[in-house]
Amino acid sequence: MAEKTSLLDKIGSYLKAIFAIAWKDLAAELRSRELLSAMLVFALLVILIFNFALKLDAKTRIAATSGILWVTFTFAGTLGLNRSMAVEKDRGCLDGLLLAPVDRSSIYFGKVLSNIFFMFIVEAIVLPVYSVLYNINLFNSGLLLVIFLGSVGYIAIGTLLAAMAVQTRTRDVMLPILLFPVVIPVVVAAVEASSGFLQGLALSEVSYWINLLFVYDLVFIAIAFMVFDYVVEE
Amino acid sequence: MKKKPIALLILDIVSLVLLGIAAYLALSYAPMEATMGNVQRVFYFHVANAWVGMLGFLAAGVAGIAYLKTAKPKWDIVEVAAVEISLVFFFIAIVLGSIWARPVWNTWWTWEPRLTTAAITEMIYLAYFMLRGGIEDPNRRARFSAVYTLVGAVSVPITFMAIRFFRTIHPVVIGSESAQAQGGFNMSPDMKVAFFFALFTFTVIFADLFWHRIRLGNLQNKVEELKLKVME
Repeated sequence: MAEKTSLLDKIGSYLKAIFAIAWKDLAAELRSRELLSAMLVFALLVILIFNFALKLDAKTRIAATSGILWVTFTFAGTLGLNRSMAVEKDRGCLDGLLLAPVDRSSIYFGKVLSNIFFMFIVEAIVLPVYSVLYNINLFNSGLLLVIFLGSVGYIAIGTLLAAMAVQTRTRDVMLPILLFPVVIPVVVAAVEASSGFLQGLALSEVSYWINLLFVYDLVFIAIAFMVFDYVVEE
Repeated sequence: MKKKPIALLILDIVSLVLLGIAAYLALSYAPMEATMGNVQRVFYFHVANAWVGMLGFLAAGVAGIAYLKTAKPKWDIVEVAAVEISLVFFFIAIVLGSIWARPVWNTWWTWEPRLTTAAITEMIYLAYFMLRGGIEDPNRRARFSAVYTLVGAVSVPITFMAIRFFRTIHPVVIGSESAQAQGGFNMSPDMKVAFFFALFTFTVIFADLFWHRIRLGNLQNKVEELKLKVME
């Protein structure tokens, strides 16, 4: 007597797999805290360096803020992606995951979920710190929307490329080389939209950038989902 | 070693002859442009080179998808050939563009959408070759290259749209966006002849180099196979 799994069951087990993989990363991180501390310290140091690299008076500060924030997030994000994937490879977790009876794409979504979560935590700490250090109010719902969309796009393509990069000889160096040219639309759109919201522009004026971010997110999540199999197969 | 096919030899000769004629048409036959003078003649080869770059770009995208679908090594060879050719020809186009820009816009470079996108595309190609260089296993190398080609190919149009709108809001100070300053001009019939002939010539040159490079790729694979056999 064959067990007929309904579509709902299939979706349920797929989602369970995704959450299981994400939860594994979060639990591991909760114990060691090495990833978050590295990303966080790095982000704060980058902001510190910018303080000396760019002479920002009160006026130019607002204009430069979105650029500084996104450079910080981009570099810290690269760090997080590298560590997250390297850990999988080094401890043989990836092989274990590949043996599990789950669809390969759920591994991708699980990793994306945990990577996004780490990036959000870093961003959630950087924003108040930046606000205090530079005396700018960054608690703007538009800005938060942009940070959300931008991070999702960045991590979506970053996770795929990190999975490739970690399997090459020049591991850590390879990810930025692969990632930065293709993530430029996210950076341009995010910086412009963030800038717009911080200057108090209405949604209609930054809508082009929000739409671009949205489209980018959808397109690259779809592509990564389709090709992730080819990247992790033996 | 397989002898070079006669057809390829003929294509070589034809390419050279066409290049000679195209050069004559661009440098001598076409009339001198009213505003910019003789430097405008760079335009005929500049656009033709950019056109070949585009052909290579599209060929690489198609080859990448084909490899992912079929896993046949020949598509990997085609993809590498296409990316190499596109890399070189886009570079030539950028250099010729700079030579044109200097007297016309008084600057070697400007962060205008097409130029910026061309530069980013070159970076993607360089990243592509660095990726290939870092992988030993030929199977994995081919798979990863195909994935990155797909990712890169999809990102370039989106990048172009982003930068174009960015430039609309923040226009370049040196060399404005208007068609006139961009070197826009109306082409006389003689100019059109030179222009389209150059496009045709470079398409033939693309086919010639593409064929040569694919042959080279096949030979490289053969050498690898023989090496493995000897080592056993």
